[in-house]
Amino acid sequence: MNKNYFEIIRAGINSTFQDLGRDNLYHIGVPFSGAMDNRNFLLANKLVGNDHNDPVIEFAYQGPHLKYHGDKINIAITGDVSFKIKKGDNLIDGECYQSFILENNDELDILSTNKSVYGYIAISGTFDLQFQWSSCSTNTKAKIGSNNGEKLSVNQKINIKEINNNFMNRKLNYINKKIENIRVIKGTNFNYFSEEGKKIFFKNEFKVSKLSDRMGMRLEGKKIENIVDTNIRSEGLIKGVIQVPADGNPIIMLSDHGTIGGYPKIGVVVSADYDRLVQLTPGSTIKFQEVDLNSAETLFKLYDLETQNLISQI
Amino acid sequence: MIKNISNLGDAALYCDFGKEVNKDINTQVIKYFKTIQKKNIAGVNNITPSYNKLIISFDLKKINFNKLKKAIDNIEIIKGDSIQNKKFEIPVCCEKEFSLDIKRLEEKLKMKEEKIYESFFEKEFFCYMTGFIAGMPFLGDLDENLRAKRLDTPRVKVPKGSIGLTEQFANIYTFESPGGWNIIGNTPLNIFDSSKENKPNLINPGDLVTFKRISKEKYQNYHE
Repeated sequence: MNKNYFEIIRAGINSTFQDLGRDNLYHIGVPFSGAMDNRNFLLANKLVGNDHNDPVIEFAYQGPHLKYHGDKINIAITGDVSFKIKKGDNLIDGECYQSFILENNDELDILSTNKSVYGYIAISGTFDLQFQWSSCSTNTKAKIGSNNGEKLSVNQKINIKEINNNFMNRKLNYINKKIENIRVIKGTNFNYFSEEGKKIFFKNEFKVSKLSDRMGMRLEGKKIENIVDTNIRSEGLIKGVIQVPADGNPIIMLSDHGTIGGYPKIGVVVSADYDRLVQLTPGSTIKFQEVDLNSAETLFKLYDLETQNLISQI
Repeated sequence: MIKNISNLGDAALYCDFGKEVNKDINTQVIKYFKTIQKKNIAGVNNITPSYNKLIISFDLKKINFNKLKKAIDNIEIIKGDSIQNKKFEIPVCCEKEFSLDIKRLEEKLKMKEEKIYESFFEKEFFCYMTGFIAGMPFLGDLDENLRAKRLDTPRVKVPKGSIGLTEQFANIYTFESPGGWNIIGNTPLNIFDSSKENKPNLINPGDLVTFKRISKEKYQNYHE
């Protein structure tokens, strides 16, 4: 029935459909989900002339290898990504932030993200997806969203409902900035930690652990000592919250996080730094810098303005 | 009543109802939750009630902490807008294969298995909140003599339908998930159904829950 589709030759490590996510469901235990790196999600859609909330494919580390079947279509990749486009016998090095045309039997091979985690594929058309609570975002843990709540797997098809005629070539000069310091606001349980523990939190470096995914980022470092209680009464969480369980190693809540948690909150990552936080790969180091609420709001205004600027340049 | 409102990061309000955990305080939290939900305040994107806290998160592009705090400070809770307490009876099978931690609990609580179950099945529970994973109800309060700590090392996979106990609460694992609660049985009932978008949770805050022990045969032939 669908004459336009991608055949999945290799699915990649964690390839899922994402949009801006679903809101107002924390109270029943359903997190936002949605694209981890909001800016790169928005840029991908703009590069193919889509609406800002159209579904895209998000991949992590190694992305999918896709073979395209159907009428020509415009594609864009965002993030810091190495990929190849195969047209007949020609193997072309792909460039991010630049739209390109795929034709019948062309292949797109997302080799890997470079010193970053997430990248995005947008198409000038509409994927054929199920929506739950007005969002296609796949939450593989709760089995919610498109693709029956599962990540993409080999040999399945990605059907395209329709292709729009947006074949314009669009380009953006943009380099993803790496971030050294992640700015945080003190958490509601900041005083649960010893003076030494607080100092460690703001002065020492932490290493991003391998046990990090769309739910959370685990950090390793010098133990942050708790002097009050290593448990609190379970209460709501939001993305960016940094909890410290009994072992003294911080965990940062990310987009698919559990909606309720019972570990003390030492800090919360500012909204302006979230997109860059999620791109930190296991093994890289992270340092926290304290800011107050006013500065955090200003930082976000600047970050959002910069995003809007980039979008308007496309 | 809200005792204090502070900021949780730059995009959420942390409304503190005090340190106590009881039905009265939790009912206040739920009333605030429902009132704020009805107000449809522009920019608010999630309201999360828990035992004695309410977290309101918002889109920083549309509103900020000070503006939203003012709105919440001035909110009037409709008096007499009582919460409907729906009642549920949840079937539970306690055969060996389902009651993963009953022996551990016997040791922890220094109680015989039968006494533990007797006390558990006699109780009517109140749903304080739902969450952590989709649809999981946090039910209280267990009798003093049934209160145990979490497992020292949480399980990587707790089976779907498991009934867990910890401290003064019982919960139900709505799907397979990591978790550290003491598992005493399993329900064949589906507690969360994401295909029912308007009503995915069977049990909601304020509801009253009792458990009913069923045989393995009944468990296996259970139809909703």
